[in-house]
Amino acid sequence: MNIAFSNARLIDPANGLDELGTLVVEKGKISAIGKNAKVPEKMKSHDCNGMAILPGLVDMQVFTGEPGEEYRETLATASQAAAAGGVTTVITMPNTNPVIDDAALVDFISRRARDTAIVRVHPMAALTKGCAGKSMTEIGLLSEAGAVAFTDGDRAVMNALTMRRALSYAGTFDALIVQHAMDQDLQSAGVMHESEMATRLGLAGIPVAAETAMIDRDLRLVELTGARYHIAQISAADSVETVRAAKKRGLPVSCGVSATHLMLNQNDVENYRTFAKLSPPLRREEDRLALIAGVADGTIDVVVSGHNPQNEEAKRQPFAQAAYGTVGVETLLAGVLSLYHADGVPLDRLLDCVTARPAALLGLGGGTLSVGAAADFALADLDAPWVVDADTLRSKSQNAAIDKRKVQGQVLACYVGGKAVFER
Amino acid sequence: MTATEIKGAFAHRDLLGIDGLSVSEITYLLDLSDSYVEQNRQIDKKTSVLRGRTQINLFFESSTRTQSSFELAGKRLGADVMNMAVKTSAVNKGETLLDTAVTLNAMNPDLLVVRHGDSGAVELLAQKTSCAVLNAGDGAHEHPTQALLDALTIRRRLGKLQGLRVAICGDITHSRVARSNLLLLNAMGAQVHLIGPQTLLPVGAEQLGAHVFTDMKAGLEGCDIVMMLRIQNERMEGALIPSVREYYRLYGLDREKLGYAKPDALVMHPGPMNRGVEIDSAVADDPERSLIRDQVEMGVAVRMAVLEALAANLPNGTGGAQ
Repeated sequence: MNIAFSNARLIDPANGLDELGTLVVEKGKISAIGKNAKVPEKMKSHDCNGMAILPGLVDMQVFTGEPGEEYRETLATASQAAAAGGVTTVITMPNTNPVIDDAALVDFISRRARDTAIVRVHPMAALTKGCAGKSMTEIGLLSEAGAVAFTDGDRAVMNALTMRRALSYAGTFDALIVQHAMDQDLQSAGVMHESEMATRLGLAGIPVAAETAMIDRDLRLVELTGARYHIAQISAADSVETVRAAKKRGLPVSCGVSATHLMLNQNDVENYRTFAKLSPPLRREEDRLALIAGVADGTIDVVVSGHNPQNEEAKRQPFAQAAYGTVGVETLLAGVLSLYHADGVPLDRLLDCVTARPAALLGLGGGTLSVGAAADFALADLDAPWVVDADTLRSKSQNAAIDKRKVQGQVLACYVGGKAVFER
Repeated sequence: MTATEIKGAFAHRDLLGIDGLSVSEITYLLDLSDSYVEQNRQIDKKTSVLRGRTQINLFFESSTRTQSSFELAGKRLGADVMNMAVKTSAVNKGETLLDTAVTLNAMNPDLLVVRHGDSGAVELLAQKTSCAVLNAGDGAHEHPTQALLDALTIRRRLGKLQGLRVAICGDITHSRVARSNLLLLNAMGAQVHLIGPQTLLPVGAEQLGAHVFTDMKAGLEGCDIVMMLRIQNERMEGALIPSVREYYRLYGLDREKLGYAKPDALVMHPGPMNRGVEIDSAVADDPERSLIRDQVEMGVAVRMAVLEALAANLPNGTGGAQ
């Protein structure tokens, strides 16, 4: 469908654009943009009343339950939640049942997404077979089948030799290796940040060193192999510092943080609130502030939702037994905007973290409003206040760590390839 | 004391921990316990305070002494007491927990005494039931009646808690007894020393108000009370401490180490003891110095007091027949 969106605040960090103007969509692509954009005669026009048009968000870490645990989330329901959050591209994690460690399974995800999902879906494939951390997957064939990166998802590759070989081999394909930086031996039985609070609650702690020791090890291996390495989520001030130093040394390193870690800290697990049980764990307020600073100065490349749907039974458990994770793909934009509204981080940097930057890391292109690009974008009121209500979120599971939180910034409509996939 | 007076003095639906109790509430429970100590030494130990009430002891972790102590306490107050031991498989522990809660709730118990291996599990269960819930130990979190009975034992022997120096020695990290005692003793104005090898000391104990030591000699200095904790078998053999004999050499309480404390310092242990591991028999059985048998006696009295206080606050009742 051809349509013009007039009187919109057009924000496109990749092109340094932030101005009032018109976006013209023809045949699913952006054909003109800006204050001087020409609208072809007789084209249908939509007055945006000054609301913002942003590139569709790219969420680099989304767990679903398809295949295997469809009761938690399917590609279809995840995509509906994504669309409602202005996310036009979701990157799925391979930790399903079976694990996505074979080209046929990558193909399965792509076909299921094509048939059932309303936003674009690109799978990451497993880095090791069965995500078991032992032998590497067919990185070449998986890349060919459409895997955009390689990771064991919510499991760290513990064996240093396996990691070295995977990084080494991946170099041939310029594949991106994504690590869940958590030393399982140091984590041991830990379930929350190691602190006086964990001691008071009688819960085993996860030391910051479980994260930094793994990152330090991997950085040595990156130096050795030259492979592209990405840390899915960092959670501590020390990790921000480590990544900052590694980037300064010119290593091909990038990292992400979850929007939840930018909004909450360990105090949110008070009273054994399992909905705030995350991996990596929520840490101290100082860590949260360091993460925000890391986003602001570009040390942290991307902000992800870490969307991880868990049903009531998995969460209504004693804290140590409860499942990790929070849903979040629908609230990703509100999450990053909290840094704009409350912490003074520039809007273009924040939007870059959820659009062009992840798209570039994954080699997807897109994440911009450039002329000729697919018309994937969100229409949003950046200031609209609302209260997160887990029950009304579109995910199949309602485990929202930021339930009942007041946020600002609401998606009014979402377009994929010029087609409206969500309208409020 | 009438039920109305109790309601004013102790205004909680459940007893999930020492955390959240005021000094006056702790004092009130200790005073009420005192009266039960005397009653328990009479020939007729029974009252009808809980007549008609149903008390269920729900133990997900087996414990002979705590469970019998609660059983005896409930029976002496006239309640109908039922013991439920729940064997849980690791896979569906939590499912069993909430399912059990719903099932039990339908039986309309008035008092539910719960022990569970996971921190916070008793609180979770309390949210799902409408009766009064009493924490008989949850994971490494709290064991409030143990702290109350320890305090009662000390107060009866030394007449006060304020100003005393109490050492708690051993596996602090995994101990709910240590946590509840730390909270209670701090609240009552005693000074707490935590002593153990670094691998058994939790992070941030200083911020919770304790003085922390890895050396028995330094830690025991000036202590009025030396409280030893049981060391679990699975913590030994190289995981957290190298061996039993090294542990006993460094931290096992014998006459020599007891000598580092005040000359008349008293010895306590929540039981069951590992003789020759954390404590020497000569110390444990010394009638002059050991309060270990007193602790067991005080346990029943404290649990009677807590049961009475909670029953008085039940929404549908007056705390039983008066």
